[in-house]
Amino acid sequence: MSNGALFAAVFLACVVEAVEATTIVLAAGTARDWRSTTWGVLAALGVLAAVVAVLGPAVSSLPLRPLRLVVGGLLLVFGLQWVRKAILRASGYKELHDEQAIYSKQFSAAREVATVRRAAVADWYAFTLSFKGVLLEGLEVVFIALTFGTNQHDVPLAALAAIAAVVVVAAAGFVVRAPLARVPENTMKFVVGVMLTSFGTFWGAEGAGARWPGSDTALLVITPTVAAFAFGLVLVLRRGNRPAAHPDISIAHVSTS
Amino acid sequence: MKRVKAFFAFWYDFVVGDDWRVAVGVAAALAATYGISQTSVPAWWLLPVAVAILLPLSLRRATRPHR
Repeated sequence: MSNGALFAAVFLACVVEAVEATTIVLAAGTARDWRSTTWGVLAALGVLAAVVAVLGPAVSSLPLRPLRLVVGGLLLVFGLQWVRKAILRASGYKELHDEQAIYSKQFSAAREVATVRRAAVADWYAFTLSFKGVLLEGLEVVFIALTFGTNQHDVPLAALAAIAAVVVVAAAGFVVRAPLARVPENTMKFVVGVMLTSFGTFWGAEGAGARWPGSDTALLVITPTVAAFAFGLVLVLRRGNRPAAHPDISIAHVSTS
Repeated sequence: MKRVKAFFAFWYDFVVGDDWRVAVGVAAALAATYGISQTSVPAWWLLPVAVAILLPLSLRRATRPHR
């Protein structure tokens, strides 16, 4: 795996997470109170920094084979979750991820809750909403950056890719002051799911003692194969998903692009 | 106690997700890969086969009408 591929893989995965976190922060800030929302973001970033400080050295100090076994297994479970959801969305069995709709829902919910002051935080609801949003999405960013980085012996580059993704998305969200609905999030989730599944398969098998034919170049076969398999499953499920059976979902609006 | 439960529920949801059978299947496939790798038989094919089985089965469970 080249440095460029490592950067691209981590960047893409982290953009998806950052878009989701940005939507929550925007909803909390716009509907409630920006000051408390900002405190929530900073508190979550502090917790994430502590997680990196503890987990980073621990993960990096593991011998490569057990690391690949554990990380590969986790990535594979993680990746299969993502691919599963992406396939269900693309075939019409699950609603497409819509940042504008999520924003509207969060915005309306945030408007209805009364303002409660706790300690130095003027609006506790805005604080906890942004804190939870950034922490949950951030944990996935940390997990992806750490696992990819340690496996490729280049945590700094993976961290740089993750930070770049977060900065780009946060800056875009700040400029637009609206959810980043134009980001092709469903397609990106599909791609990231395929990527996590492929790398999880590769590293998991290596960690368990298997030797891939062609060594690292096996990834060039595994990734397109997983993508083609996932796309084939979308087509099969679309064929079986008739509008009459699922009146709430319009297949005409479902697309992987 | 409630917070401890919530803590474990969060990590379960974070790692395992919607279908625990997938996580169990992956763990079993990794163990089997390790077992085969200790012999002279190539073991690389087992995880891709596991993916090819686990993913459609999980999708089938998710798309099956609830009874």
